[in-house]
Amino acid sequence: MEIDLIAVQLFTGVALGAVFVLLSTGLSIIFGMLGVVNFAHGAFYMTGAYAGVFFLALTGNFWLALAAVPLLIGALGLGVERLLIRPLYGRGPDYPLLLTFGLGYVLVEIVRILFGTDGVPFETPALLSGGIDLGGLGYFPAYRLFVIAVTAVILLLLWLLLARTRYGLIIRAGARDPEILSILGIDIARVWLLVFGLGTGLAALAGLLAAPMRSVNPEMGVAVLVEAFVVTVIGGMGSLLGGAIAGMLVGIVVSLTALWMPEMSTISMFALMTLVLLIRPQGLFGRGLAR
Amino acid sequence: MRQPVPPLESSASADTVLAAEGLGKRYGGFVALADVSVAFTRGRLTAIIGPNGAGKSTFFALLSGAATPSSGRIRLEGADIAGQAQFRFARMGIARSYQITSLFPELTAHENVRVACQAVHAPARRDLWRGRSHYRALVEEADAALAQVGLLARRSRPASRLAHGEQRALEIAVALAGRPKLLLLDEPTAGMSPEETKEMMDLIARLATERTVLLVEHKMKLVMGLAERIVVLHQGRLLASGSPDDIRVHPEVRRVYLGEGRSGRG
Repeated sequence: MEIDLIAVQLFTGVALGAVFVLLSTGLSIIFGMLGVVNFAHGAFYMTGAYAGVFFLALTGNFWLALAAVPLLIGALGLGVERLLIRPLYGRGPDYPLLLTFGLGYVLVEIVRILFGTDGVPFETPALLSGGIDLGGLGYFPAYRLFVIAVTAVILLLLWLLLARTRYGLIIRAGARDPEILSILGIDIARVWLLVFGLGTGLAALAGLLAAPMRSVNPEMGVAVLVEAFVVTVIGGMGSLLGGAIAGMLVGIVVSLTALWMPEMSTISMFALMTLVLLIRPQGLFGRGLAR
Repeated sequence: MRQPVPPLESSASADTVLAAEGLGKRYGGFVALADVSVAFTRGRLTAIIGPNGAGKSTFFALLSGAATPSSGRIRLEGADIAGQAQFRFARMGIARSYQITSLFPELTAHENVRVACQAVHAPARRDLWRGRSHYRALVEEADAALAQVGLLARRSRPASRLAHGEQRALEIAVALAGRPKLLLLDEPTAGMSPEETKEMMDLIARLATERTVLLVEHKMKLVMGLAERIVVLHQGRLLASGSPDDIRVHPEVRRVYLGEGRSGRG
């Protein structure tokens, strides 16, 4: 019984971790490329969940929402980068930081006006409600398995994009030195635009996937932004693999402490972060001072 | 602002790839470059020399798009390109190699060159969906550039693990990648040992047989045996331009290089 409980909780942690991974990957890729600390990332996550609510009410089809929401919010991200963030490049990192900080509040307020300040329910899609028995270990909610699978696929695609395609080569080079890319003849502004859109799209996907597991309310992005930063710091800024492992780690630690010491579960991830930073200040897979 | 600048090369002809016309650059009240007009002929190796502070770096920055001129025009095959974004200069066929190292240390030699190939071919962005054949063409083009500088055997090695001379050669391969109309080299032998310098000069001489090359060099002696045309800058102005023999006997050049404190020693 005890083993079963731990297994279920471990599994819950991995599902929670999957959301963290998607979220922190977006955060990390934007920071690694543009050098922008995106404080609106949690708001894009929340907007993703609400866009899902909207699409579901409109079409009643979860799968349609799953396809449309990342594209829609990704497009919103493109607009934000182009119109609001781009004019701030070359003025120091605090300008985009303050801008995205404010933008986060604006998005939350817009959602409050449109959908109300109370939370809204988000039902698990019928096909994925219920549970699956995994080899006698326990009875796992199908939806959480689905979230883990989607995250794994997205991570694999991202890795293929970065390591195996010519666009990935440009992104890897640009994370190192955008100036040289520009000299070589690459329109770096366009690369940054697309990377920001990709990052916000990932945040929206995370929000939508999290919606049936965690409550949907205008403030849902606030706490999760802190969690995403913790994951990014533990994994090491700018590292895809680091973010994935750290996300899982944080998810599992939070879930397991919730089992034994529920009142400590929020603090546990900060304790983990402190521990990692003491041993490896650059994070698990960080490159140290090299941006 | 346009004045014909004596002697030679002041008028652009059909053989002119790149021409500076009355080019100037001010930084606040400081005039870094004033009214320089030079035409660069296709297929020639031209060296731009001058003592420290002569405006060589500024001139180079303007011609490569790194800085925007305060006055004058830059014509690439007749079209005025001054004021365009830097990345467009590369796409239009002006490749530059830097005085400082400009490689991506974590990427392999091959990847460093391929980024440049991709950059120049970027206008055909629809190629994303054309897939493998285009990708293979990029790979082959990058390897061809590596072969030209003798680095093909090192293609899979990260740039950070190449020897200093090899890194400089790799930078030239990067500049060659997009088959540029014009190759701009900024002190390619800076910080090199005498042996490495000799190898680099041989490489440049070989490349220049079929290309238009512009070489900015501090050390006058190095370019005298190599360049077909020499442009001398002094205090932000064009002092002289002509063949190495003309320059060698040019009284003003002799005064600047030999008389005034030997700043151009080497």
